[in-house]
Amino acid sequence: MEPLIKLSSITKTYHMGDVTVNALRGVDVSIDEGEFVAVMGASGSGKSSLMNVIGCLDVPDSGSYVLDGREIRGLRRSGLAELRNTKIGFVFQNFSLLARTTALENVELPMHYRHGPKVDYRAAAKSALVKVGLGQRMDHMPNQLSGGQQQRVAIARAIVNDPPLILADEPTGALDTHTSDEVMQLFIDLNKSGKTIVLVTHEPDIAAFAKRLIKMRDGEIISDEAIIK
Amino acid sequence: MRVSGLIKTAGKSILRNRVRSLLTMLGIIIGVASVIVMVGIGEGAQQQIRRQIEAMGTNILTIRPGPVPTRGGVRMPGLRRTLTLDDVERLRSIPDILAVSPVSRASGRVVGGSGNWQTTALGVTPDYLIVRDWELEDGVMFTEQEIRGAAKVAVIGRTVVKELFAGYDPVGASIRIGTMPIKIIGVLRERGENMGDDQDDVVLLPVTTVMQRMSGTRFVDQIMISAVSMEAIAEVQAEAEEVLRASHRLSPGVESDFNIRNQSDMMERATETSRTMTMLLGAIAGISLIVGGIGIMNIMLVSVTERTREIGIRMAVGAREGDILMQFLIESIVLSVVGGIIGAVMSLGLIWVMNDIVGLPSVLVPATMLMSLLFSGVVGVFFGFYPARKAARLNPIQALRFE
Repeated sequence: MEPLIKLSSITKTYHMGDVTVNALRGVDVSIDEGEFVAVMGASGSGKSSLMNVIGCLDVPDSGSYVLDGREIRGLRRSGLAELRNTKIGFVFQNFSLLARTTALENVELPMHYRHGPKVDYRAAAKSALVKVGLGQRMDHMPNQLSGGQQQRVAIARAIVNDPPLILADEPTGALDTHTSDEVMQLFIDLNKSGKTIVLVTHEPDIAAFAKRLIKMRDGEIISDEAIIK
Repeated sequence: MRVSGLIKTAGKSILRNRVRSLLTMLGIIIGVASVIVMVGIGEGAQQQIRRQIEAMGTNILTIRPGPVPTRGGVRMPGLRRTLTLDDVERLRSIPDILAVSPVSRASGRVVGGSGNWQTTALGVTPDYLIVRDWELEDGVMFTEQEIRGAAKVAVIGRTVVKELFAGYDPVGASIRIGTMPIKIIGVLRERGENMGDDQDDVVLLPVTTVMQRMSGTRFVDQIMISAVSMEAIAEVQAEAEEVLRASHRLSPGVESDFNIRNQSDMMERATETSRTMTMLLGAIAGISLIVGGIGIMNIMLVSVTERTREIGIRMAVGAREGDILMQFLIESIVLSVVGGIIGAVMSLGLIWVMNDIVGLPSVLVPATMLMSLLFSGVVGVFFGFYPARKAARLNPIQALRFE
């Protein structure tokens, strides 16, 4: 079976003034559908750059990236936007919810940018919120919700368009241990229901929830192994 | 994103910053209101001029010496003298003419009664009262006989009465114009002002008296004709042209040495200036609309910066460049169009204030209202485009990380 994510010899270099940062220097990795992968590494290891490439937020300088059978090299910005909309659900460390916008409307957001047959936004958003256990707080604004609840809204938003891939960038970074465990349990449930999950973290405890661990340093993968529970 | 969703989003974000949105709109509100009011005042002035010319009588023809003045050219009255009393006599033969009177103008200081007064002396015939539709309040008009004899008699207007004969009956009294003693035989009924002219500030003298005793000329300044009806004007004008050409012995093809103008010509001429004025006022007001647009652009740029994270989030969940562009563009259009509508509504009130409180005649010109509303939409698009494009071109990664 074709892997969901196939990265071959990906490089990415950033120029910050005179300083050149080789964020990714030839990364090869394949992730199959249904996997739960944690990417670990210190700050500056290139894990965020890898996340940006996988998330179609950025394009590599060289190498090939095939996501769900589509080569992203050469895609224009609108093509990348469409992939982000239909193939990927993002969960960020800082929740990244629209302020002064209800949980329900936040979850509806990706559907507004979806082209194709019109669906009942409200119903789909409600069902996503129910799935993450927030059925009672749909009309709350983000500032009326706790950190854990906000992250659940973000997860509901990530799954509302039913993408095959969930990308989580330090999803528990702003949460306490107990809430972190609850959120991670949600990811485990999503993984069980068939979603591929790529989790970027620097916390070993959090990475331990995954089934496969990729470690990065200086823009390269230094280890890639299954986690034996 | 669907347009309805975009408008809803724009409305929400505008309502989120009520005070700021209102201040931003103020530029457009003032711009649209001032365009409508300014044009309304200009149009009001034009209509007033038109009414006043109509009040002078719609069946009047004015014949002046010299060829037809070119539009916008400088008129030099009396520079070429061609009209004579003989012409007046010939014009009388035209059917459908109600009255014909020559007008010979002289200005002079009138001395008499309680002091002296600078006024206009018009040398006319009794028909002049018919042409102008003026009436006598007291006394009599001079007769044809007095005209023939260049009698030293006068009929004066109310203003002259007020200035020289306050408190007593001037009929029978004597005045002097220059060194010539003149007997007052009549007083005109008050007419009031027309187009800034005090119509009562006048002394009517027999035309011969003015020509022979004052200016020493055998030419008249103008001839006024009133036709029996408005419908007869064209016919009378054509015949007058013919009569005068024959009288002046002009061979066919030679330019007339006189010009005949009817009321619509005069209206044209009189409203020309005020139309230019209207356009000027409208243009100045239009500039304020553009200034309002710059205000919108300014606020939209601030808004884009403030909402960089929001833009990043929207991009992350799949908003394309076009979606973001439309979102901000529609927001600026909504700002300017809502401002335009408020301005248009306000202009209704302002026009009422101009009319009923300030006393400046102004009218609502629906076309201007529509135009300025449309223009405010165009302003929204034009000045919203740059900020919207700036938002749409943000890098999603940088936008997401923006603090």
